Amino acid sequence: MPDEAPRLRVALAGNPNVGKTTLFNRLTGLRQKVANYPGVTVERKSGKLTGAPDVEVIDLPGAYSLTPRSMDERIAYDMLIGRLERAPDVVVCIVDAGNLERNLYVASQIMDLGLPVIIALNMVDAAVSSGLVIDANKLTAALGVPVVPMVARRGEGLEELRTHILSPPPAPGGRRWLLMDAVQARIPALEAMLAEEVPETRAEHRFTDVLRALAADEALEPWRERAPRFTAQVEVQREAFAQRGIAWRHAEVSGRYAWLGPIVEEASTRVKGPATFSDRVDSIVTHRVVGPLFFLVLLALIFQAIFSWATPAMDLVEAGVAWLSSIVQSVQPGHVLMDLLTDGVIAGVGNVVVFLPQILLLFFFLGLMEDTGYMARSAFIMDRLMKRVGLSGGSVLPLLSSFACAIPGIMAARTLDNERDRIITIMVAPLMSCSARLPVYTLFIAAFIPQEQVLGVVGFQGLAMFSMYLMGIVMAFVAAGVLKTFVFKGPTSYFVMELPPYRRPRMKQVLWRMVQRSKVFFVRAGKIIFGLSIVLWFLASYPKVPPAPEMEQARETVRLEREAALEEARALAALHVADVAAFFAGDGVSGEGELHPDLVQARVLAELAADHYEAKLDSLEHVDQAHQIRGSLIGYFGRFLEPVMQPLGFDWKISAGLVTAFAAREVIISTLGIIYSVGDEAGSVALRDALKADRYPDGRLVFTPLVAVSLLVFFVFALQCMSTLAIARRETNTWRWPAVMWLYMTALAYFAALVVYQGGQLLGFG
Amino acid sequence: MTLKDLRPGESGMVSGFHGQSTPVRLMEMGLLPGTEVKVVRLAPLGDPMDLKVRGYHFSIRKAEAAHVFVKKAAI
Ligand SMILES: Nc1nc2c(ncn2[C@@H]2O[C@H](COP(=O)(O)OP(=O)(O)O)[C@@H](O)[C@H]2O)c(=O)[nH]1
Ligand SMILES: [Mg+2]
Repeated sequence: MPDEAPRLRVALAGNPNVGKTTLFNRLTGLRQKVANYPGVTVERKSGKLTGAPDVEVIDLPGAYSLTPRSMDERIAYDMLIGRLERAPDVVVCIVDAGNLERNLYVASQIMDLGLPVIIALNMVDAAVSSGLVIDANKLTAALGVPVVPMVARRGEGLEELRTHILSPPPAPGGRRWLLMDAVQARIPALEAMLAEEVPETRAEHRFTDVLRALAADEALEPWRERAPRFTAQVEVQREAFAQRGIAWRHAEVSGRYAWLGPIVEEASTRVKGPATFSDRVDSIVTHRVVGPLFFLVLLALIFQAIFSWATPAMDLVEAGVAWLSSIVQSVQPGHVLMDLLTDGVIAGVGNVVVFLPQILLLFFFLGLMEDTGYMARSAFIMDRLMKRVGLSGGSVLPLLSSFACAIPGIMAARTLDNERDRIITIMVAPLMSCSARLPVYTLFIAAFIPQEQVLGVVGFQGLAMFSMYLMGIVMAFVAAGVLKTFVFKGPTSYFVMELPPYRRPRMKQVLWRMVQRSKVFFVRAGKIIFGLSIVLWFLASYPKVPPAPEMEQARETVRLEREAALEEARALAALHVADVAAFFAGDGVSGEGELHPDLVQARVLAELAADHYEAKLDSLEHVDQAHQIRGSLIGYFGRFLEPVMQPLGFDWKISAGLVTAFAAREVIISTLGIIYSVGDEAGSVALRDALKADRYPDGRLVFTPLVAVSLLVFFVFALQCMSTLAIARRETNTWRWPAVMWLYMTALAYFAALVVYQGGQLLGFG
Repeated sequence: MTLKDLRPGESGMVSGFHGQSTPVRLMEMGLLPGTEVKVVRLAPLGDPMDLKVRGYHFSIRKAEAAHVFVKKAAI
């Protein structure tokens, strides 16, 4: 369907958390498109105004100011001045009635851009219930643009807003606020200089261009090449202002607030004291003692939910995947295409889809925390701790989410507005022990860590499990510290964060966002996993190894044995043909109805023959598969890697398992299951026993407890998850960070396992 | 004194900024000379601070608060 160019483009702008998205959903219904702005992870949401398909509505990212600090603000600014795409025809500035002054700040900046502006005075309901009444008419008169009071959440005021949108007001003329004289005096000259040097700058934007360049280095830098004289002149002016003691840095801020303060004052009536509900909640939720406890309890609940509620759903998904495999396999059993589909594609994608329930739940809780305003509080509580390792409070939730799965964790890092913090958070998130490591931990701990208790309270096994998690956390902090010190040098970022009032969450919106985010993950990660799964399948299946001749013999032997057993049963039965007839003729009451013991024996023999035969053939099948893996490219890789992995205590089988675990960690279990010919049910007791019994040709055990610990440590640190790499690529928009991530984590895993194994041997644990 | 020195519950009026390195964002959030500011509470570990300015709450670290000169309001 070719999209016609819209007649009117409407941008929704304003501070974060003022109801832009709520209003956007109201205006567009469900006809919206979500994409990303080119090159960044900021979402671009657009849709058609309901009832007016030629009007496009765009939900801009939140901004406190047009002098941008964050990626979101940069995009909002670039969109408004038409640098990314055609500038909007109308801007609806959404402001929170309960926090007018600060909200109008960015609105007043937008009013200087020469675009028609409508102000949506939102959350009037919340303001009224906190005892604040705003006179929209007074605001309209004082600001010179239409002000529409509304409650976006309930759709109140929507009609009036639509009317203004469809017949936009003229762009606000002449600035109404005053820049301090000393600074204002210099503006025209600078504007002229910019116009001369870069004629393509638009006249309506020049005032803003100059102001920003004057106030912020980040805004001046981009001019350095395009307008060297202008840049130099701005620097000269700054110097001159400084000499005269003029506060040029906040000239604009002071000017705007000086204008807005009295206007807001004049238009507001306080009926009773300021809002207290939020304050009361905060006095508990951020209380010195209760606050952290509340946070911990909340986390415990969320994790409980993720790990226990998700389990039935995960089992269901697994069963579904197995069912699908069997259906596909039955189309044409043994055909190579069916193998590819089942063992490659379905198994590979299935490895990811199992986590769907957990990911949905996690996104649900994160959305709830965002929507209520608790997210900011958790950052407030944890900031001090996180600052120590160079992060800020905002990294807490992304990192905690990574305990379930690194993918939602990495995606949650979007909420960080500081780019450096965001990248560091993404880079260390996969060190948190995710739920995919759990089956691996469980298998090896159950097999090799003694069940005894320490001091009669904690079991060794529990302790081992706890250490796995602890190691990951500690290393994440160390890695964050290292990245901050050596990679992202420069001054620490500052931390300025709004603590928005608590609000009742909107289920519909929370669920919608949960679905959207999960979709992003599955579509993007799914593509890469799909491809890599096929590659891995190929590596495990080729070259085809013909079954060993002794296998054919073994099969034949089993068949003969079965025949012999059946023969014996038949012979026994034949002796009693008459009895059988009598048995069936009898009334079942008299003694004649009794079955002769020989016949019972015959039946037992026959059944045994069948069972025995099946089981033996099954295990022969496993041996065949093991044989295939050994001879396949993966087996080859395993042997190729063996010398490198030997210092960690890993033989070729473990190495081959590690190669396949690159797709997803838990895959190592099914690989080992196949290699050890015990079938591939995860964590089966048979596998545990096979691992314990395996020996090198010289009689040494392959798996000593030390090898198991070394392998566990390897799993804590190694990045064996292609979905994580895929999502990191998506979120950082370059392959560089995922590459660095993979390299440093693999190196870390290798050396940590090396130290464990070699150290352990020196200490005599070998 | 600076904003950092105000104790929880105390209010003051911003009187100026220390040097040129004060983040402009602080001012954009409404923390300007002449503005009244209240330290509502400190985070459980003593940092950052929860401030009330122009009727809303925001949080900054003590390191940033040390840039802001205030006159303590008489109680
Ligand atoms: N009380 C009230 N809450 C609202 C209103 N509009 C939006 N909200 C809530 O404000 C919060 C932030 O809204 P959202 O649309 O995500 O804001 P955005 O960050 O500007 O896109 C959500 O919890 C909304 O439910 C309103 O008119 N009244
Ligand atoms: Mg939004």
